[in-house]
Amino acid sequence: MSTVGWITARGLFGRRRFLILLPLPLLLVGLAVLCRSLNVAPSDWGPAVLVGLGLAVVLPVVALVVGTGVLGAEIEDGTVVHILTKPLPRWQIVLPKLAVATAVSAATVAVPLFVAGLLADSVRLGLALAAASALGALAYSALFLALSLLTRRPVLLGLVYVLIWEGLLGRFADGTRVLSIQQWVIALADRMAPTDLLGTTVSVPVAAILTGLVAVGFTVLAIDRLRSFSVAGETS
Amino acid sequence: MTTISAQPAAPTTPASTLDLTGVSRWYGNVVAVNDVSMRLGPGVTGLLGPNGAGKTTLLHMMAGFLSPSRGTVRLDGEPTWRNPQVYRRLGLVSEREAVHTFLSAYEFVLASAKLHRLPDPAAAARRAIDLVEMGDAQDRRIGTYSKGMRQRTRVAAALVHDPQVLLLDEPFNGMDPRQRLHMMTLLHRLGDAGRTILFSSHILEEVEQVSGTVQVMVAGRLAASGDFRTIRRLMTNRPHVFAIHSTDDRALAVALMAEPSVTGVELGRTGLSVKAGDYGAFTRALPKLALRHGIRVRQLLPEDESLESVFSYLVEA
Repeated sequence: MSTVGWITARGLFGRRRFLILLPLPLLLVGLAVLCRSLNVAPSDWGPAVLVGLGLAVVLPVVALVVGTGVLGAEIEDGTVVHILTKPLPRWQIVLPKLAVATAVSAATVAVPLFVAGLLADSVRLGLALAAASALGALAYSALFLALSLLTRRPVLLGLVYVLIWEGLLGRFADGTRVLSIQQWVIALADRMAPTDLLGTTVSVPVAAILTGLVAVGFTVLAIDRLRSFSVAGETS
Repeated sequence: MTTISAQPAAPTTPASTLDLTGVSRWYGNVVAVNDVSMRLGPGVTGLLGPNGAGKTTLLHMMAGFLSPSRGTVRLDGEPTWRNPQVYRRLGLVSEREAVHTFLSAYEFVLASAKLHRLPDPAAAARRAIDLVEMGDAQDRRIGTYSKGMRQRTRVAAALVHDPQVLLLDEPFNGMDPRQRLHMMTLLHRLGDAGRTILFSSHILEEVEQVSGTVQVMVAGRLAASGDFRTIRRLMTNRPHVFAIHSTDDRALAVALMAEPSVTGVELGRTGLSVKAGDYGAFTRALPKLALRHGIRVRQLLPEDESLESVFSYLVEA
């Protein structure tokens, strides 16, 4: 692991807010186990738990906490200056941070989604959910990492995107779904393991292309913004 | 007496020069730094000025963390803004006490050495830690350190690649007298070894003890620049204003008018306001004068002793 990645990972696990990631995946697995043990039909609980909780809440919230934590928290407390005062091309700072954010988010979300998918349907659905959520973690992480450099309130803006755009508008306005990472993840998972439990109006090619575009685009944006990173004057 | 346990490495590359030409920086309508030009070469230079004078803004521009709104900042001819390669020759210790508290000092400095891609990061980290005398506590988490220890750890991280230029923003803040002395000695040695050292401070005595050359900033402008002793003399010889309250203010005012060190007296409702050209001569003469005229001085307050007033005088001088 690169030194930037090592410091990022140590910082991430050393911060208390990382602990708030644990209850959500546990809740997801707990609900799936409960429904399965009570013999509730998967068609009754699957969409609510897999999509309503897993893909609409757990994945974006975990990615938000981690994605803004890998750089935004360092900008907030000023420790980012230590890394920036090194003769490193800025992509060598952004890419390891993105890799850590994606890996941590994917690991935190993919495992419970795999378990929930397995309990709801099959190993195939579990694997599909895990793989699609890992791709979603990449897109979300790139977005939230770039937000850390675009605004002083990345968590707030990230929440607005997740809750208002994806959660609220995505439910009532079909057009917004095209620009919803959550819908892309559903489309990709449904393609890998077709099932009635997942449903979206976004086509697979659109989902795949936009996932790639968001991941690459926001990463390039973050690198460019980091090149021009300014520290606010403290005495003026 | 403090001793330095390790020496900075002998310079292996030619000395570096930091050039600022007509540098200004504004935030909306607020001008933080106004048309500053200076050239910093080897040795220790103090950047002196009251809080809010624009020192930090200027340091951030020198360190490549802020783009000048106008003018240029160049290190050996290269711009510092959007140019990470300058950090091969430049080290920065910012004012903000920001450290990775979850790491030990050794881990922190070692990480810096690795990020600089030094050939032997472990040896470089040990040398830098010895330089700031943090060897005994190097394996403890930084979160358990005092403010002074954290500061020294940050200095070690900034020195790990043996930079030609070191910028320090208020480096003595939070240090006890012994740590302060140690840091001053270290800066002296680095300056003597041919490094270009610039540190900011709002405390006159700190600058006096460390540097011979000083840049004085007031309200975003470079108010004075050059040898500290000359500037200090200017500061000492400025008119001083005292508020005096006595048993007979009117009689004291008359007596003071004849005193050579006094340049003006104003009699007000609450007492006298006396302007003295020579601080020492006036404070020596006042008790004798009062005694001679049988007047009892009840209150003597210097009115303009704030650093801001000293700096303001410099701007007007």
